[in-house]
Amino acid sequence: MSLTLDEVRRIARLARLRLSPEEEAAFVGQLSAILDHVALLGELDVSQVEPMTHALAAGEASPLRQDVPLPCLTTEEALANAPAREGSCFKVPRIIE
Amino acid sequence: MPVQDFQVVLGLEVHAQLLTRTKIFCGCPTTFGGQPNTHVCPVCLGLPGVLPVLNRKVVEFAVLTGLALGCAIREKSVFARKNYFYPDLPKGYQVSQYEAPICEGGGLTVTVDGREKHVRLTRIHMEEDAGKNLHDVSADGSSGVDLNRAGVPLLEIVSEPDLRSAEEAVEYLKALRAILLTLGVNDGNLEEGSFRCDANVSVMRHGATQYGTRAEIKNMNSFRYLRQAVEYEVRRQVELVEAGLPVPQETRLFDPVRGETRSMRSKEDAHDYRYFPEPDLPPVLVSPAEVERVRATLPELPRARAARYVAALGLPPSDAALLAGDRATADFFDATVALRGGAAEGARQAANWLNGEVARLVNETGLAPGAWKLTPAHLAAVLSLLDAGAINAAGAKVVVEEAFRSGADPAEVIQRRGLTQVSDTGAIEAVVAGVLAAAPAEVERHRSGKKDLTGFFVGQVMKALKGQGNPAVVNALLKKKLGGG
Amino acid sequence: MSAAAELTGLSLRAVSQRLQAGQVSSRELVEACLSRIEATDGRVGAFLHVTAAAARAAAAESDARQAAGRRLGPLDGVPVALKDLFLTKGVPTTAGSKLLEGFIPPVDGTAVARLKGAGAVLLGKLNMDEFAMGSSNENSAFRPCHNPWDLTRTPGGSSGGSAAALAARQVYGTLGSDTGGSIRLPASFCGVVGVKPTWGRVSRSGVVAFASSLDQPGPLGREVWDAAALLQAIAGQDPADQTTSARPVDDYLGGLEGGAGGLRIGVPAEWFQGGLEPGVEAAVRAALATYQRLGATLVEISLPHSRYGIGAYYLIATAEASSNLARYDGVRFGHRAAGVRGLKELYAESRAQGFGAEPKRRIMLGTYALSSGYYDAYYLRAQKVRTLIRRDFDAAFARCDVVAGPVAPGPAFRLGEKTGDPLQMYLADIFTITCNLAALPGLSVPCGLSGGLPVGLQLVGRPFDEAGLLRAARALERELGPSPAPAALEAP
Ligand SMILES: [Mg+2]
Ligand SMILES: [Zn+2]
Repeated sequence: MSLTLDEVRRIARLARLRLSPEEEAAFVGQLSAILDHVALLGELDVSQVEPMTHALAAGEASPLRQDVPLPCLTTEEALANAPAREGSCFKVPRIIE
Repeated sequence: MPVQDFQVVLGLEVHAQLLTRTKIFCGCPTTFGGQPNTHVCPVCLGLPGVLPVLNRKVVEFAVLTGLALGCAIREKSVFARKNYFYPDLPKGYQVSQYEAPICEGGGLTVTVDGREKHVRLTRIHMEEDAGKNLHDVSADGSSGVDLNRAGVPLLEIVSEPDLRSAEEAVEYLKALRAILLTLGVNDGNLEEGSFRCDANVSVMRHGATQYGTRAEIKNMNSFRYLRQAVEYEVRRQVELVEAGLPVPQETRLFDPVRGETRSMRSKEDAHDYRYFPEPDLPPVLVSPAEVERVRATLPELPRARAARYVAALGLPPSDAALLAGDRATADFFDATVALRGGAAEGARQAANWLNGEVARLVNETGLAPGAWKLTPAHLAAVLSLLDAGAINAAGAKVVVEEAFRSGADPAEVIQRRGLTQVSDTGAIEAVVAGVLAAAPAEVERHRSGKKDLTGFFVGQVMKALKGQGNPAVVNALLKKKLGGG
Repeated sequence: MSAAAELTGLSLRAVSQRLQAGQVSSRELVEACLSRIEATDGRVGAFLHVTAAAARAAAAESDARQAAGRRLGPLDGVPVALKDLFLTKGVPTTAGSKLLEGFIPPVDGTAVARLKGAGAVLLGKLNMDEFAMGSSNENSAFRPCHNPWDLTRTPGGSSGGSAAALAARQVYGTLGSDTGGSIRLPASFCGVVGVKPTWGRVSRSGVVAFASSLDQPGPLGREVWDAAALLQAIAGQDPADQTTSARPVDDYLGGLEGGAGGLRIGVPAEWFQGGLEPGVEAAVRAALATYQRLGATLVEISLPHSRYGIGAYYLIATAEASSNLARYDGVRFGHRAAGVRGLKELYAESRAQGFGAEPKRRIMLGTYALSSGYYDAYYLRAQKVRTLIRRDFDAAFARCDVVAGPVAPGPAFRLGEKTGDPLQMYLADIFTITCNLAALPGLSVPCGLSGGLPVGLQLVGRPFDEAGLLRAARALERELGPSPAPAALEAP
């Protein structure tokens, strides 16, 4: 299983990662190597096996939350870590729809 | 006209905000408006290291809605992450449901110009709403992000592509809205977007076996816009097909100003959502016992209620549907009828007044039933006074209007404005005699049969009685006096 | 040896007893630890952030409680430190990433709040691989962390600072997180005790996420008792994490001295096949022999699907990570690229500048594993293989009470030794990963040295049997004694 440069670029776009040409080239090799190892899983017949998506036994999880309001952050607390703000909004470049 | 050669194929995706007190995955209140980012916490801000905690009420509302729409309720449903980047989506994914939604199947029946039409549902699932992007918040044209709405619970209700016209789509949406309102899970506000709908529209030549490519239309925040958007989109697609051009699969935005739909560039590459089961939330378990507990709380739904009005109270189907379509109005109606002893006769009257005079006042004032000053007791009293002949229809209108606007007591209004109807024969006889004596010429023409002037005389008498004469008595006496007297 | 050095040499258990007896004050312990950090951390690099002022204040409060006879418990007044992915209110939390440099959480995570509630004194935040992605701590965006036993070697990762700080006698207890071995591997490399609890035993709320279905916070200590006391404080259901178990928490300290008599220890053939460094194998086998002497019996077991562990792990962990790391977009917090044109550039540039090579690599792999057309072949298949791995353990636990083996194929490797080849680095987790995939509790307890470097014995238990694991580990520790202090730091 080996990845092409185009696939690496498609994935990077999907993941919103700008990669340098060097990174793109490196990932083609490295990801392919990992996928080769991963191909080992193909040996197994898992057609009759349930996926283990949630590790807790059914019913063991914590109960659902009651519909009762809890205190919020103040607007200042909410925006304290924001790299850019405008009034009480998080500021982002113009969004075109 | 080419459009006739084509079959319209329509499905609607409705997003309904649930009327819970808190958000779906955190304790922030769902009330918004006002300052941006005032109802947020680390969870709905999507800060690092925080986890969703599911609101029990959201599950209960989903089950209630599913039962009302005849869906199968999953004992074990699973939340999934829908991954895409957008500023109003703090975590970079929306927590929704994908392979195992809480409700599946079901449907609802709507009446479109007299015909009954059953529209099947594909599914109903729970998910979180996104925040709001505010445009041009600063001089440099930047946008702003307000996350007060982020995490407000939504039900996504997806229909099968069973709809065949804009008309059907509108009726379906109205019926669905009425049901959610009756259940009390949603406020049905299209304008403010707490009840939103997207339409999947495609066209195919009659007799064709394969659906055409569909376009997803967004931003139709009124029934009128839904009709406009669908009609426009159908014309657009038919023209493409007629011209032998392909219909691209895309998301299009309805522009209410131009009444057109246009392609949404922002959605271009958002179609590899990489769904996978949300590992931070265990599966949602709903036991059959829980389902039955919720089923027991189901209110009477609009269609059933209308049917009852027709069968038990003899209302005309159209009147019955009109009343039952709005839970508050229907409750008002039921209360009024009960106060009048539940008789069919009284019921028809009450229905006429609610759909007539009261509806007129509602349109005029825009007041929701909750805001009326008029009470069932008021209306019942007015109807009784009418029956007793204590007031006439004209007087009753005045009383109802005053009660509706000010909550004034009918008896008091009748008193104050002297609306008591005159039925005393002696008094009316005297007035009639006076009127006839004052108009010998007309009397002559009437008697000679040249012209029937009954209306003229009734008018004169009523005028003299300040509109409060009992019309029956007045007519009887005039007949007596004019007919050879 | 100075009084301060003598103090920092004590175990958490010992200082807890002295605090209880009023023989030492929390303030004295804090000062001793701070000067030890001052003296050694330039060479070790365990700390990313030291909260001296807050620690002194908390110590004063603890001493006041002690004076008033209102001591909160065994942790009251004890200096501890946290892997830098635990959210700490008002204290920078970076997860070892440039992307989160300067991020200050508005709240404490659940484990942190519980430690504070037990009176523990927070000394600071510890070095780690960026977003807990790594096995050597070399992926820290800020500074390398060195193994106190040999400063040219890694402390292991990703909780490298949590283990190194203990080995360096800088603090009495630490918290780390374990997604594929990130507590047990550094514990083994640094000669301390590290516990990875059952998934769902300790709240993940307030712990920066790497791979949600595998992540589990846990304690590290210089002795089993120390780790048990910390676990006792942080374990249990949390309304802020619906994946925490509703089961009551066992009394870990109460049953600690129960011994190993009658214990059935499963020894998986797969964990001893090839590639095992001889010194490591010798130490592990010797530990098993010790258990036999203590009245335990060894049972040959098989975990046939172990060989698929690494593959399943790297699909599940990276897929979940690709989604968990999507929130780092430069909008609400964290690094934001300057001078970008438009939204897409804001995302792509901020993330390109903020993430190091390993998170990028894993985001890429995980995005690919989830992308349309590949989900079934990769993520879904891996989750099914997980079920098979769990079944292997379930079958084994029908015949034994704990599974024992090495933590890693070798002792601490040299800094830079594996950085060139990601896959080789991933293989360091080969024995620890199945425990995470099966959501089982596991720990590493020192069982000797190989070439002068610590070796850890790994014990894996039944779901929620942390008490049984700790009891078994304590039985060995009573025989071998806790690992000694490394000499490297004391050399002039
Ligand atoms: Mg949706
Ligand atoms: Zn919130």
